[in-house]
Amino acid sequence: MEEINALFHGFSVALTPFNLMLMVIGIVLGVLIGVLPGLGGANGIAILLPLTFTMPPTSAVIMLSCIYWGALFGGAITSILFNIPGEPWSVATTFDGYPMAQQGKAGEALTTAFTSSFIGAFFAVVMITFLAPLVAKFALKFGPPEFFSVFFLTFCSFIGMGKEPPFKIVAAMMLGFALAAVGIDTVTGQLRLIFGWHELMRGFDFLIAVIGLFGIGEILLSMEEGLSFQGRAAKIDMRIVIDTWKKLPKYWLTSLRSCIIGCWMGITPGGATPASFMSYGIAKRMSPDGAKFGTGMPEGIIAPETAAHAAGTAALLPMLSLGIPGSPTAAVLLGGLLIWGLQPGPLLFVEQKDFVWGLIASMYLGNIVGLIIVLTCVPLFAAILRIPFSIVAPVIIVICAIGAFTVNNAMLDIWFMLLFGVMGYAFKKLSYPMAPLVLALVLGDQAEDAFRQSMLISQGDVRVFFSNGLVGSIMALGLLMLFWPLIGKLKARMRNAS
Amino acid sequence: MEDKQVSGEAAPSGISVRTAEIVVAVFLLILGSLVMYDSVRLGFRWASDGPEAGYFPFYIAVIICIASLGTLGQVLFGKSRGEHKVFVEWEQLKLVMSVLVPAAFFVFGIQMIGIYVASVAYIAFFMVWLGKYTLIKSVLLGIAVSVATFMMFEVWFKVPLFKGAFNPLSFIGY
Repeated sequence: MEEINALFHGFSVALTPFNLMLMVIGIVLGVLIGVLPGLGGANGIAILLPLTFTMPPTSAVIMLSCIYWGALFGGAITSILFNIPGEPWSVATTFDGYPMAQQGKAGEALTTAFTSSFIGAFFAVVMITFLAPLVAKFALKFGPPEFFSVFFLTFCSFIGMGKEPPFKIVAAMMLGFALAAVGIDTVTGQLRLIFGWHELMRGFDFLIAVIGLFGIGEILLSMEEGLSFQGRAAKIDMRIVIDTWKKLPKYWLTSLRSCIIGCWMGITPGGATPASFMSYGIAKRMSPDGAKFGTGMPEGIIAPETAAHAAGTAALLPMLSLGIPGSPTAAVLLGGLLIWGLQPGPLLFVEQKDFVWGLIASMYLGNIVGLIIVLTCVPLFAAILRIPFSIVAPVIIVICAIGAFTVNNAMLDIWFMLLFGVMGYAFKKLSYPMAPLVLALVLGDQAEDAFRQSMLISQGDVRVFFSNGLVGSIMALGLLMLFWPLIGKLKARMRNAS
Repeated sequence: MEDKQVSGEAAPSGISVRTAEIVVAVFLLILGSLVMYDSVRLGFRWASDGPEAGYFPFYIAVIICIASLGTLGQVLFGKSRGEHKVFVEWEQLKLVMSVLVPAAFFVFGIQMIGIYVASVAYIAFFMVWLGKYTLIKSVLLGIAVSVATFMMFEVWFKVPLFKGAFNPLSFIGY
């Protein structure tokens, strides 16, 4: 078992006092970010990225990924106690979590949520441990057409699996690609789309977009709802935890199903949010107590939380093995890799063993540390939400501005952040999806390079994308995803006709 | 949540979803046309050495335009065209603007007097104006946040932040 050996080597890398300390700091910061409105996994990590430039890459990625785990845990706290989802993926948790808290079972609901999150993440990490090296080994044989086909599949999955209107998904995604094209063209060296404005030469950094779209946009949205926090008090002691744990095993089937849904949605870039809704919906349909969902059923917490965490974790698999992130947060981590001087992609597993396995080992440790911290510190984190919005809002905007500036030390980026914030507000309200926009912005140049290189190889013949079984089947799968909304419509029409 | 159905005369007034949809779609359409225009300038055809610089952006722009025309078509002629949903009520818009407008001034402030000083002013202003806190409390909290960020960025992590066109902090040597 090569992987087990590598994993133990990873533990020896990750388990230093310094790294453990970073883990704890990361988790606490992450939960804070998850609890506060306007700060989430993706933009939280984007803002803190510059602080890690001086750290060794392994320690840096451990801290940042722990922020991510923390943010995943944190979303559940606000959903259950305040009926305010701190993160989009915890919206489904409010359906049964808040009713449980209203019935005075807040402690039980929180324990259920945290434990499910832990199980989902753990399942996904085990999968990453064994699957990621295989995928990476396989991907070493990829040429430009194969890479382009994977990009193609990634983007088509958004259209096939998104809940938003397909036209809007396409528009948002293509906007991302167009923004990515701004600046110097890497192949010909020409300046593109800057319209004589030379400060645009650097192009649009996706971190700015992330901070604006998710951070400022979210603040504007929360402002609109007036924000009256009316939270339930929560007490968690050992007895509640153990009592809840005793009840959980009977929901093993829901857990397992949610884990699988989550992993699938995480690898194909559906992301944590649709995974949690899908898992909740399926659990509701399959459970014998399905009709009682929404009134405070533990299963209604287990399903979305497990799936969200499994998806959030599984999104790191394509990021590590192919260099193609499965979620905006994974994209930010990928940006970090580039800044620390590591080239993401299949070679990472060959050239940077310490880094990869240290990170994978830290996922196991980080989730255990996270579970302990959230179970013991809930009242502390809940207290943060009682700070009035008129203090939290300006402080968060200040933090976002600092984050936007530090990405490139450019004042202009702060203005762009504000612009992206307004865009995020309008897009969110009109259900234009943000994830494909961000991923297109991140992957735009790479996708274009892969496309142009393939075209050069084939001398402009598009058939290169169907030249062998592998690339052909990935492309076919992509096309299937692309036309999935149409196929669904046709099916419905045929059913109506018969 | 945000899509409040308007019914009868008690309807809250505001910008309708329809208007907002049209504005965003037209905005994207204009953006797409701009990209297309520049791609044509760069060359969007196939040169002897492969695709030209505008090749990829050109088709991206074409798709943006098709997608926004699609959305526009759905809004103008689709099934939901008779519905009158409110995108944002005037009251809500006022609240949103009360965050957005000071934020724009804050960014302008950063450009002039730097992040640290502008942050103090912004946080204090926001707390006094929307939170009805006393001036002293607000300024103290603003200073506390600024000092904390200063220590973290300039002192511990050695990441210099923007000090503005007129650096008011130059007297302490940063």
